[in-house]
Amino acid sequence: MLFLAAFVSVATTLGIVFILAWESVVFFREVPLWTFLTDTMWTPLFSEPRYGILPLLSGTLTTSAVALLVAIPMGTIIAIYLSEFAPFTVREVAKPILELLGGVPTIIYGYFALLFVTPLLQRIWPELPGFNMLSAGLVMGIMIIPYVSSVAEDAMRAVPMALREGSYAMGGTRFRTATRVVMPAAMSGIAAAYILGISRAVGETMVVAVAAGMQPNFTFDPTEPAATITAYIVQVALGDLPHGSIGYQTIFAAGLTLFLMTLFFNVLGHLLKRRYREAY
Amino acid sequence: MKCPLSVAVATFALGASLLSCAASAQVVKVDGSSTVYPVTEAVAEDFQKAKKGAIKVTVGISGTGGGFKKFCRGETDVQNASRPILRKEMDDCRAAGVEYIEMPVAFDALTVVIHPQNDFIKQLTIAELKKMWEPGAQGKVKSWKDVNAAWPDIPLKLFGPGSDSGTFDYFTEAVNGKSKASRGDYTASEDDNVLVQGVSRDKGAIGYFGFAYYVENQGKLRAVPIVGKEGKPAVAPSMEAVLKGSYQPLARPIFIYVSVKSLRKPEVKEFVQFYNSEGAKLAREVKYVPLPDNAYKTNMDHVAKMKKGTVFAGESEVGVTIDELLRREAKL
Amino acid sequence: MAAIAPDRDPHEQKLRALRRLIASQKRWDLVFACIGVACLMVGVLTLVALFVDMAIDGVPRLNADFFSSFPSRRAANAGILSAMVGSTLVMLVTAVVAVPLGAGAGVYLEEYAPRNWMTDVIEINVTNLAGVPSIVYGLLALGLFVYQFGLGQSILTAGLTLALLILPIVIVATREAIRAIPIGIREGSYAMGATKWQTTAYHILPYSTSGILTGVIIGLARAIGETAPIITIGALTFIAFLPPAPIKAEAPFVSFEWLTSPFTVMPIQMFNWTSRPEEAFQANAAAAGLVLVVMTLAMNALAIYIRYRLRKNLKW
Repeated sequence: MLFLAAFVSVATTLGIVFILAWESVVFFREVPLWTFLTDTMWTPLFSEPRYGILPLLSGTLTTSAVALLVAIPMGTIIAIYLSEFAPFTVREVAKPILELLGGVPTIIYGYFALLFVTPLLQRIWPELPGFNMLSAGLVMGIMIIPYVSSVAEDAMRAVPMALREGSYAMGGTRFRTATRVVMPAAMSGIAAAYILGISRAVGETMVVAVAAGMQPNFTFDPTEPAATITAYIVQVALGDLPHGSIGYQTIFAAGLTLFLMTLFFNVLGHLLKRRYREAY
Repeated sequence: MKCPLSVAVATFALGASLLSCAASAQVVKVDGSSTVYPVTEAVAEDFQKAKKGAIKVTVGISGTGGGFKKFCRGETDVQNASRPILRKEMDDCRAAGVEYIEMPVAFDALTVVIHPQNDFIKQLTIAELKKMWEPGAQGKVKSWKDVNAAWPDIPLKLFGPGSDSGTFDYFTEAVNGKSKASRGDYTASEDDNVLVQGVSRDKGAIGYFGFAYYVENQGKLRAVPIVGKEGKPAVAPSMEAVLKGSYQPLARPIFIYVSVKSLRKPEVKEFVQFYNSEGAKLAREVKYVPLPDNAYKTNMDHVAKMKKGTVFAGESEVGVTIDELLRREAKL
Repeated sequence: MAAIAPDRDPHEQKLRALRRLIASQKRWDLVFACIGVACLMVGVLTLVALFVDMAIDGVPRLNADFFSSFPSRRAANAGILSAMVGSTLVMLVTAVVAVPLGAGAGVYLEEYAPRNWMTDVIEINVTNLAGVPSIVYGLLALGLFVYQFGLGQSILTAGLTLALLILPIVIVATREAIRAIPIGIREGSYAMGATKWQTTAYHILPYSTSGILTGVIIGLARAIGETAPIITIGALTFIAFLPPAPIKAEAPFVSFEWLTSPFTVMPIQMFNWTSRPEEAFQANAAAAGLVLVVMTLAMNALAIYIRYRLRKNLKW
């Protein structure tokens, strides 16, 4: 019976893949796969449509990269601090506050990025356009910190005290113990936290839709506006296009690409985790 | 710890049962465009008040496309549409046996706005707008001087709705001659408030969106009078100009489609009647331009005579006047 | 014994080197603690900035009227009653569905699953699902729950959709929580003659509850703020009445009609209000955002309280 519970997740994936693939077939009958993968403009809804997925991919990758550059280091540092350094009260107060960061609706983060962070950044770089990937990525990173830090901290807390006490007995400082003993022991949990964070960054919709603009733009420069795959899907699904038209079917092709991309990263992460798992 | 929890649950349940009213009321289901939503919401609100809660109305914002999908499956009674029904949707409805009556309910005046400190633009012609917005302008027309040599050399910053929106469709058809033909390098946003922000912060900015957003932000923006046809004077967007028919071609009609099957239900019929009798007043309230009074009467005529189908033959059109619209033959 | 100058005594030099090493290690400790606090403060300050930003616009709008009115075209009359009730009910369904499914799947994957390729596939699958954009879940749910299963555009569908959305989070957290239990506990239980199920039910589950709750907290906090998938399955924006009450006056006294009724949720109201032209609606949106955050806080607080009580008793 428990197997059925686990199977639900497989069933969900099968359902998603099925829907994405089924609807994409219509799209791929019209647009050759090669064009889809290599064209550098994505304007499927214009009267002269161009169907290259690269601009959307570059948008997704750049915003995710910025977000992860913020979330992973800070999340790890916070996790180490909370589990190894902080006194009990600080930990029990800080953890819920951080979790609240993850609980703010993403649409609020989107407007926060657009109306607060961007003007702030514009004071430092006056040429920064009103829509840009940098502020979207930064806010997204801060939003993902609790995902990384909570799960990583739980994993580190679970390492038995005995291992730590051994390290302290040998004269290690807290920092040394944390980095040399606890982290390697908790590596599978920490890796799980990272993968969760990466998945969240790639799949985020509203923050980028609001703050990075909606114009697909093939660039890796975070100071420019761009659209991500997710923002594009929402824009069209809730827009005025008739369902079943080729413009509408593009969202399934885009969604399929995203899905395969995250699958690739997940398989990679899984294999890496396998190699570095520590037993104690 | 267990005690407070059960007390909380009991209180909540009690509260919920006190607040909730009778469950067996009739419901009119509306869904579709978020552009038409403000008008329909106003009508629904006042209608429910007038009926003292005996008939309930629900309104969704799945978008014109999503709404038509539900409408053509018979799941909604009324469809809010910011554009006429397209051929594919007509086929879907026909296949499902859903017949409908098309009713224009208001006008949206697409307003072209510039920064209030922009002093060199007094009016714009469609030809000038085309130079700014056409697909060929991408990467080439970057400054106001590129459009008209008499204008200063200030960077041209363009703001507009996203390419999936009906506003985009209509504007591009009216200005560039072909629906969805546009340059790609402008700042696009679904949220018109963001466009307002963008234009109001940049001296060289120009953008377009619905009239209601201009009216609410008149201090921050300036609307540009448009020269509709060669030789005619420039017309600034306003309720009167649209009603007279002089603000062309950027005045677009918005519609509701009512399912014939649903009209057999008395609550839906009453709702539609209310829409047409109060629609003018309520549209004005939410800053949309109402139709002339006889238009609403003609709508009710069409309901009485069951004039089914659409007058647009499955494609959208620009610059149709309201009289023309009401006169045409409809087809399912 | 002739005293060698301290500088040249190899013994003394080694001691000094050691002392320097210890001092620098201690400094690193301190530096790191400061960095840790700084990072923490970035997170906290962002939250405070967000909160204050919303509060400035929203607090003036928070009065009894706001909580007891339905949506309206006039900003002054618009309220969040139907949205609040809708959000609460949807969260209830989501939690009831996601917790057993997620915990069950997590327990299965950790305790019962054989270490073969199929389990690997399920594992990769779960983490992959965490990255699927929420609107894809909405599209899936539309085709599956609304049309295929005929559940309609109701609270039940919304709850199921969101439960699917947060399932990966709950599963991952459950697995990590179970892995954290020292093997000694399991071995002790088996040594006493317990079956696998007894070990799981009486030892593994109670000890991992705090970790499972972490996952549930994060998951529900995410679910309450979701807009796009809920709109796709048919949540409404204007609805001026509440779902039927779960308690009825006549037999059998409990009704599940509310599961199949139309509804709206808080993020949709916010989404709608932020895109309206009237300035006054922005204040409404800020106030709704404030209420949403407080609702999330309340859910968190409950789960955190439970987790705190459970963590205090862990002794290993």
